[in-house]
Order: sequence, then C-alpha cells, then structure tokens
Amino acid sequence: MSVNYNVLGLIFASMHDSYVSELTNQRTMGSIPFGGRYRLIDFPLSNFVNSGVSEVGVITKSNYGSLLDHLGSGRDWDLARKKGGLHLLPPYSQTGGIYKGRLDALSNIWSFVEHAFAKYVILANCDIVTSIDFTPVLKQHMSTGADITLVYSKAHYDSEKNSFATILEFDENNRLTGTMVNPKISGECNQWLDMLIISKDFLRSIVSEAESKNLYSFTKEILQNNVDKYKILGYEHKEFFMRIDNNENFYEANMLMLDAEKRNALFKKKTPVYTKVGDNAPVKYGLEANVKNSLIADGCIIEGTVENSVLFRGVKIGKGTVVKDAIIFQGSEIGANCKITGLIADKNVKIDDDKVVTGSAASPLYLKKGAKIS
Amino acid sequence: MYTKKKCVAMLLAGGQGSRLYALTKNVAKPAVSYGGKYRLIDFPLSNCTNSGIDTVGVLTQYQPLVLNEYIGNGQPWDLDKLNGGVHVLPPYETQSGASWYEGTANAIYQNMRFIERYDPEYVVVLGGDHIYKMDYSKMVDFHVANNADCTISVIDVPKAEASRFGIMICDENNKVTDFVEKPKEPKSTLASMGIYVFSWDKLKKYLIENENDANAKRDRGEAWSKDFGKDIITSMLRDNQRLFAYEFEGYWKDVGTLDSLWEANMDLLSPSVPLDLYDPSWKIYSRSNYNPPQYIGDSAEVENSMIAEGSIINGTVDFSILFSGVTVEEGATVKYSIVMPGTVIKSGAVVEYAIVGEDCVIEGGAHIGKSPEQIENKDDWGIAVVGHNITVSDGKSVEPKQIIGENI
Repeated sequence: MSVNYNVLGLIFASMHDSYVSELTNQRTMGSIPFGGRYRLIDFPLSNFVNSGVSEVGVITKSNYGSLLDHLGSGRDWDLARKKGGLHLLPPYSQTGGIYKGRLDALSNIWSFVEHAFAKYVILANCDIVTSIDFTPVLKQHMSTGADITLVYSKAHYDSEKNSFATILEFDENNRLTGTMVNPKISGECNQWLDMLIISKDFLRSIVSEAESKNLYSFTKEILQNNVDKYKILGYEHKEFFMRIDNNENFYEANMLMLDAEKRNALFKKKTPVYTKVGDNAPVKYGLEANVKNSLIADGCIIEGTVENSVLFRGVKIGKGTVVKDAIIFQGSEIGANCKITGLIADKNVKIDDDKVVTGSAASPLYLKKGAKIS
Repeated sequence: MYTKKKCVAMLLAGGQGSRLYALTKNVAKPAVSYGGKYRLIDFPLSNCTNSGIDTVGVLTQYQPLVLNEYIGNGQPWDLDKLNGGVHVLPPYETQSGASWYEGTANAIYQNMRFIERYDPEYVVVLGGDHIYKMDYSKMVDFHVANNADCTISVIDVPKAEASRFGIMICDENNKVTDFVEKPKEPKSTLASMGIYVFSWDKLKKYLIENENDANAKRDRGEAWSKDFGKDIITSMLRDNQRLFAYEFEGYWKDVGTLDSLWEANMDLLSPSVPLDLYDPSWKIYSRSNYNPPQYIGDSAEVENSMIAEGSIINGTVDFSILFSGVTVEEGATVKYSIVMPGTVIKSGAVVEYAIVGEDCVIEGGAHIGKSPEQIENKDDWGIAVVGHNITVSDGKSVEPKQIIGENI
C-alpha cells in the first residue's frame, strides 16, 4: 500500500473505558490485551497503516501509562515518521479538566488536526476489533459528496449481552434517518462501528459550532439533532467484527480467536496486524505438554495441559497443571499440579503449585494484575 | 562527525557455508535460520548490543541480498544509532580497481577507514556462524587487564575433537605461546572460537604488514594468504606480542555442517544444554514478522518442541523446532526435525530426522528422513534435507543423508 497523505487517522483510545472496568482499572481501552499478543489499539492502528494512512493521532483520556509504553515512538506500526507518523494527544480540555465527549476532545486537539496536511479525517475507537480497508470508504465518501460517512455493520445485537451500541437507520438512498443509543432490543440491525470519515473543513465547522454552544456529544448533537441538516451516509462493512464492551464479551471475543475462520478474517496475510515487538523466544513445549484448541503467543513455556485457552507472551504453565477455558495475560506464571478453569488472569499473576482456581466459561473469574495465589 | 568509541566490532559474514548445501544456495551462512525464529547472525549482533558494543561493521560478500535486507538499519538489535550502529560493508571499487575480499584479514584491511572514523581503542573481530551467548565486554576487560595486544576467546573441547579446531597452547597465565590450525596431534584442548579482541593500533600495523607481504608474495608467484588465524595471529606470535587466551565457559556451537545445524537446534530441546533463550537480561533479538500467535488444534499432539508464532498445528509434533508460519495438518507427523518458515506438512506426510527449508510443501504420502534405528549400517544414516521452496510430492521419499534442491 502506498502512502495516502490526504487522510488523517484519529483514534479515541479511551472511549467506553468504564464498560470494562476490571480490565481498565490500570489501563485504558486501547491498551487492553487481546488475542494472545495484541492490545486493542493495534487493530485500528493497523487498519490505518494498511490503508495507507500514515499520520495518526491517538486521543488519550486517563490511565494512559500502559498505552504510552505500548506505542512508544510508533515504530512497530511503521509510524515513526518525519512526514506524518504517530502523535499522542493528551486529554486536557482548554476549558480545564478532562474532555467530556468526542466534540469536546476534538476541540481540544484542534490545532493538531489543523496543522495536518490531510483534507480528510477518519475517526475510530478501540472497542471494535475488525479488519477494514478504508480506501473504498474514502472513495465512497468522495464520490457521494457526503458531509459524513458512517461505517456500520449489519449484525445481531442483544442489549442483554452488549453494554453499548449505536443503532443506525438509513433510507433507501443510504442516508441516515435515525440513531438510537443503547436501545433495549434484540435482533439484526445496523450497528455503528464508531468509525467515520469527514472532511477537515466540515469537521472544523461542527467542532467550532459545538464549542461555541458548549456542546460535546457527537452522537447527540450531530447524528441525532442534525440528521436532516447534514448529509450523513452509511458505508456497510461486511466483514467480521467484534465489539468489546464488557468483561463477558471480552472473554468471548478472545475465545472466538480459536475459530480458524474468525482468525483468518482478522489476520490476513496481506494486511498484518502490527503490535509492539517483544523479542520473545518461540514457545517451548515440555515432555509432558498436552495442548488442545489453544492460541499460544511466543515466549511461553508449557509443561502441563492447556485446553480451550488463550495464552499471552511469556506465560509459564508448570508440570501436571491443567488449564481450561482460560485467558492468561503476559508474564503470568502457574506452578505445578494446579487446576485452573474459567479464568482471566491479568498480567504477571503468580499461582503457586497445587492450587485450584475454578470459574466457568459463562462467568470467568478475574485475577488482577500482579495478583498472587500462594 | 563521528564520536570516539572504545570498541568497534567487525563481523565476518562473508561465509558461503558450502557444507550447508541447499540451505545456503541463495543466502550467506550467517543468514541461515536457527532455533525457530532466529538467523545465525542474531547471536553475534545481540551479543554486541547486550555487551554495550554499539558500532558494528558487517563484512559481506557471498549472496548478500537476504543478509542486507535482514540487517536493514539494525533496528531489531537496537543498532540503529546516531553515532555508530550496524553498517553492512560489502567489497567496493576504488580508483585503483575493484577487489573482492581476499580472506578475513583483507576484508578488515579494506575497511580500515570505517574503523578509523570511530578512533577505537579496541576492535572485536567476530564470526557470523556460531551459536553462543557471550559478554564481549568481559573479554575486553580481560584484554585490558593483561595489557594484551590480542586476546583470543577459547573453549575447552574434548581431546578427540581438538584436531578439528585451531588450537592454542598457553602458559600458566593464559599467555598464548603457540597456535596450530587443526593439529593432527593436539598439544592442548583450547580451541579458538574465532572471536578476537585487538588493540587497534597493533591490529592496524599487522593488517598493513600482512597485506604488503602477501601482495609481494603474490607478485613473486609464491603462495600467499590474508587470513586472521593463519597470518595475523602467527605474525604476532613470531614478534613476541602479548597474546592471551580468554577461556569461555558456556554453550558454543559451530553450525558449519547440516548435522551440526540439526544438532544445534535439537540442543534447544535438551534440558542439560546451557543455552537459555528465555532470559530477559540477555535476549537474542531478531527481525520479527507480524504473525498472530500459534494455534494448536484439537487433534494436535505437541511434545518437547519449540514452535514459533503464526504456526498452525493439527498433527503430531515431537522433538522438533518449527519456525513461524508452519502448518502441520491433522494426520501429519514431524519428529526430530527442523521445519523452516512458511512450510506446509500435509495430512499423511511424515518428516523425521530432517531439515526442511522455507516455504516447502510436503504432500500427503511423502516421507522425509528415517530414524537411525531403521538403518542397518549406521554409516548410511544422516539427516535428510529439503532445500527452500520445494514441493515433495505424494509417495516420494527423501532418504537419510539425501539433500533435495529441486521439486520431486
């Protein structure tokens, strides 16, 4: 993919942190570990890079230490650039305090957007995991002369299972007619993937208007209150996506990565998902290792049994231990002869020998970062 | 503008590795794959970074494309530096003509200007075809403490094997008194590891002297050479320079042959071999390719093996090293083997006691290699080798010691 200097990517790294409160206790949405070696922000970042967008701003909010550590200079996404590259945008509002909504956040960082060479801006969040090429979205946006193009997917939504969704309605010309936030419904509907394309000029006008009127919610002020005034069109993304908006579907989304079809829909040969390089050695399987239906990242040393699980980098599983239906984050160590079921173990958890930890796939236990069971 | 460096490392990476046959058809030996995700050159480069040496010249000659691309700007090894860093130094043309590197000493002689830019006190000379973890800074300290002109890293080898190496004979203070290349009757078991620390002023003097002497010999029609062990070390010993042997204790493996490459990989699976690739304080860095984690399926049986990212295993893998992006289908078996990146082992295929190169396809009924027990005459047994980008069709087999360089 060649570079498209005409587009600026903006990622809201902290949108909806509160929905996954356990996981975001010490981190932000964008730095939630996912799929054995990734953080959620790797997906929007890689989508941008694979679409030729080489200037990306990451809008942070709170708890962004781990995010800064993960992103560094942006080198691992090929975004350590002189022209464009990765920019981290701190959250402080001009009016004091942390920003309240998307429009407020954009107003705070406007000078960055203004100084970018790009004529178009793509906005994305970190709670949607998918593989998308923005090139056809941009093409549609330009050819239709839309003010805003929203990226959505037609998919099953269940308000019992999802904590958050924006449901869109379009007319026969693909023009937005209605927007519902978190409706109490269940069934197939158009779910906004929290991605949109907008020209910089148009974005400037709505951000400055919102600023002057002290408005901050993009969904409410633009999508709901001004649906007739602006030409807002939809672009249907027909590929696999997952929304991570609570601890249960975080667990389910990771488990979906054990399904080859889903994995292949996300990790395509030609559009790799980039992440921070860890320089871990390959996985070592011991003499009595027994692994079934699991995703294992580099640097793990497995001497026991692992089934239906996702192991992040550098996890150690001792002899005689049985791990089932578990998600174990980077650097955690489980001793010998343990029985572990239905667990989400955050980073650097240590479980001593002969321990039994029993959760279930339906409601997995959560052990926080650095927890010790001894 | 160049800042002064205490140490500059020169890495001799021109080796053809002709005894690795099909595996070095298109790549230089230092670019040969090892250990599931590494290339041989990752070891000296990572050792340099971990030892605090941040200026490295890599001397290339044979098939440099893969190696050049792999090293790139040196970023994976932290060797992309404002001052110093890693530089690939191929032979070049000057006003007086172009010349290939005519031996290890000549390769460094031709790049003396590169070294001089950094005005170093010491030059560390390294090879690109050994597996080991070593803190070069300790060797430099040893060199300084002995007020040495040259320090040669040595390892104690079994007496039976000593005649394969360059052997150092030392006094009780580790001062080298004699050096014999591959002696028939070794007087010592201290083998040179091909790792040298030189005081730069001394090395420079001897490089120039060797160059002039060798050229004069060539002009007279006499035998000549421009080699480190043979010429530089011998001349320094003749002149009673201070040469010291630095004894290295730890894992060190030469991977000059297919058998030793296979053994060196298998060593990683042996708990008694002291080579820890999982030690965070001395990581071996490599250029990474962006694969998702490996997936081990319901029908997989994986034991005592190392497997790299992006691999998909549904078959049986035992005592093997699998590189990134390898597929082992359900009903396929891989035992005591090394399978390089991107290769697919299809259902029903058997790969045992073998090295399979990159991006190969081993079809269903194919059988690669045999275990030593299946061979009557033990001299007929050896590793079976399939080169890179090769398809082995259904029903075909590759016998022990056989090396396949074309589709069969």
